[in-house]
Amino acid sequence: MEDVKLMVKELADNYGRSEENLLPILQGIVEREKYISEEAMVEVARELDISAAQVYGTATFYSFLETKPTGKYVIRVCKTISCMIKGKNDIIRELENVLRIKMGETTHDNLFSLRETNCLGQCHKGPAMLINDTPYTELTPEKVRKILCDIRNIEFPAN
Amino acid sequence: MSEIINLTIDNVPVSVKEGTTILEAAKKINVRIPTLCYHQDLCVAGNCRVCVVEQKGADRLLPSCAMPVSEGMEILTNSLKARNARKHMIELLVSEHRADCTRCYKNGNCELQELSSEYIIGEDGFIDLIPYKEYTIDHYSPSIIKDDSKCIRCQRCVRTCNELQKIGALAVAYKGKDMKISTFFEKPMFEVVCTNCGQCINRCPTGALTEKTYIDRVWAEINHEDKHVVVQTAPAVRVALGEALGMEPGEIVTGKLVAALRRLGFDSVLDTDFTADLTIIEEGNELLQRLKKALVDKDPDVRLPLTTSCSPGWVKFIEHAFPEYLDNVSTAKSPQQMFGALAKTFYAKKIKVAPENIVSISIMPCTAKKYEADRPEMRSSGYKDVDYVLTTRELALMIRQAGIDFASLPDDDYDSIMGESSGAGVIFGATGGVMEAALRTAYEIVTGREVPFKNLNITPVRGMEGVREATIKIEDPLPEWKFLDGVELKCCVAHGLANAKKVMDAVKAGTVGYHFIEIMACPGGCLGGGGQPIPTNEEIREKRTAAIYREDENKPIRKSHENPEVIRLYKEFLKEPLGEISHKLLHTHYRARNRY
Repeated sequence: MEDVKLMVKELADNYGRSEENLLPILQGIVEREKYISEEAMVEVARELDISAAQVYGTATFYSFLETKPTGKYVIRVCKTISCMIKGKNDIIRELENVLRIKMGETTHDNLFSLRETNCLGQCHKGPAMLINDTPYTELTPEKVRKILCDIRNIEFPAN
Repeated sequence: MSEIINLTIDNVPVSVKEGTTILEAAKKINVRIPTLCYHQDLCVAGNCRVCVVEQKGADRLLPSCAMPVSEGMEILTNSLKARNARKHMIELLVSEHRADCTRCYKNGNCELQELSSEYIIGEDGFIDLIPYKEYTIDHYSPSIIKDDSKCIRCQRCVRTCNELQKIGALAVAYKGKDMKISTFFEKPMFEVVCTNCGQCINRCPTGALTEKTYIDRVWAEINHEDKHVVVQTAPAVRVALGEALGMEPGEIVTGKLVAALRRLGFDSVLDTDFTADLTIIEEGNELLQRLKKALVDKDPDVRLPLTTSCSPGWVKFIEHAFPEYLDNVSTAKSPQQMFGALAKTFYAKKIKVAPENIVSISIMPCTAKKYEADRPEMRSSGYKDVDYVLTTRELALMIRQAGIDFASLPDDDYDSIMGESSGAGVIFGATGGVMEAALRTAYEIVTGREVPFKNLNITPVRGMEGVREATIKIEDPLPEWKFLDGVELKCCVAHGLANAKKVMDAVKAGTVGYHFIEIMACPGGCLGGGGQPIPTNEEIREKRTAAIYREDENKPIRKSHENPEVIRLYKEFLKEPLGEISHKLLHTHYRARNRY
C-alpha cells in the first residue's frame, strides 16, 4: 500500500496535479505495474483531488490502461473490421487453443494475458496483434503458434 | 455586448440574444422540441440527438440544445427529415432500454416512455439489444436503485453528481457499446461516496435511477391490527405533493395532506415541523453554548463554525469529504430522527401504546432520509426510531392507489401532542430556513427582543444564490449573555453540495470567520429534494419557496420557542435543552468515511 502511495505521489510530482495530467499518470502506473489497481486509482484521485469514479472512468475508457492484473506478456488482438475481414477470429481461436484461456483471461503461470483492442493502425497488414509493445502483422494461425513458442523458449530455456 | 439575432422557427420570426440556443429560442415562441439528455439545471451534453432540427439549406440536422442561433437562420423543428431522424433516435434508445414498462416503477412518469408513445415506436423498430447485454441492477442501497438495463446513457445523473453536487459518485466508464454509467470499480452505490441525495433520480429520464420504495410494507403495517401507525410529514412535502396529484406548482396542500393520510389509515397524523421547532431549541442552545465556551471560557477544544445537521445528504458528504470537521457539525439529530426517538418514548407513553407496537413512518422530500433512518445510531428509543421513510412521490402514489381525489379533499388538522408547529418549523423546507428559524430563537434568548427584521422575515438569508452570508450584530443583550455584546454573528447559508464544498474549502483555508453555517444538500433546500415530484427545475423550486414562506406568514406562531407543544414537551419530559434526556434521545454522533 505504502509503495503504491509513493509511486503515485512521485508520478504526480513529475507530471503535475491538474486534471489533464490524469492520463500520463495512469500511463506511468501501467508502465511500472502493468495494471492500475483499485488502491492506485484511489491514490490518483487523492493526489489530483478528483473523484475515484472519474479515475475509473478514464482508466476503463482506454484499452491500453489495464485495470485487472495481467500476465507478463499482454497479447492484444485488433478487433476492428479490417482485421475481422482478414480473419482475426481464427487468430483468436488459435490463441485461445494454444494458451488454454478465453479472451480476457490470464494463464495460470501469469505469463500471458489475452485482450482485444481497438485499431492498431495496421489495417493494410491485418490481422494484427500486439504483444506488450511489439506489433505482429499478417498473422496466420501457424505464425501465432510460432510466436508463442518463441516466447516460451525465452522464458523457459531448455536445460 | 450581446447582439440581437433574428431567425425564424417553423416560419415564425423570433429575435433573441446572441448565444441563445435554438431550443431556448423555440421555447420563447412556445414551440416544444423534444429533449432527453438536456436538463435546465445541467450543462449541455448534446449526446442523445433527440432534439435535432432542420436548418433550411443545410444538409445536416442540428442538435437544438447545443446549437446557438445565428442571423437569418430558418429552422424547421417538425420537418419530415427532422421527425424521421428523431424517431430513429428514439427507436435506437429504446432498443438498448429494457422496456418493461408495465412492471416499471417509473411507468407513467418516464420521459422515454412519453416520447416513445408520442412518436409511436412500435415493436418492429430495431432489434432489442437487452438479451445480449450484460447489466447490473444495484438495489443494495436503502435509498437508491440503479438499474443499468434501463439506462439510456444520457449522463444527466453524471452531470448532476459532478456539477450540481461535486460528489462524483457516478462517472462514465468504458466506451462504445460497452459504455456505462458506473460508480468507482462498479461497486454498489452504498459502498461508494454517494450521499443518497437523490438528485440523480430527479433528473433520470427513465427508470434507471429510482428511490427504493417501501410502499407495500407501509400498507402492510397500516393493515396490521395490533400496530399503531404514526406518520410525520416534512415541511417541504406540503408545498410539492399537489404537483404529483395534478395540481400546479406552488400550491400549499397541508390540510389535504393531513386529510389524505387519515383516509389512508394512519392512526396518528403528526408533523415533522414540531420536531423542527425542537431542533431549533436544541441546536440554537448548542450554538450559544459553543459561543460561550469560545468567548468566555476560551476553551481551545470548542469547534466553530457550527454547521447544521438536518440534511442527511450533507451529513454523509462531510463524513466523506471533510471528516476532520465532524466536530463542527451540530450533534442535534435531524427533525425526522428527533421525531422518531420521541414517537417510541414520549408519545408512546402519552397515548398508552407499547413502543414495540408503534410503527413510525415519515413522509420526506428526500431519499437520503431512508438511509438516515437506517443508520445504526438512530435507535435511541431502543427500537428503530423511524421504521419506514416514504418520499413525496411514494405518498402521491399511495394516494392514487387508494382512489382518493386529492384536490377535492377538505382541509384537516394534525393530531395534537406532536402536531403543532411554528412558522419557523415550516421554513426548514427552504434553503436559509433553518438559519432564519435559529436566528429568530437565538436572538430572542440572548437579547430578550425579537430579531430586528420587519415581520420577522430575515430576508438576507433567503433567496436562491448558492452561498449567502449575513451578519447580525448583537446589541444590549440580557445580563447572562453580556459577553455577546457587540459581537457580530456571522452566518452563512449554502445549498447544493457543490456550494457546500465551496464553503467548507473556505472554512478550511481560514478565509472566513463564520459562526454558524446552514447547509442543505439539495438545490433550493428540501423543497428541491431528491424525493420530490419530478420534474424539478428552477422555476418550480421558486414557486415552492414562495409557498413555504406564505405558509410561514400565515402561522399564528412564528418562533420555535413559542410552540406550546414544544414548551410542554420540555416541561413534562425533556426538562431542559441539551439536558440528559435530550442527549440520549435527540443528539447523535458522526463517523469519518472514505474520501474516495
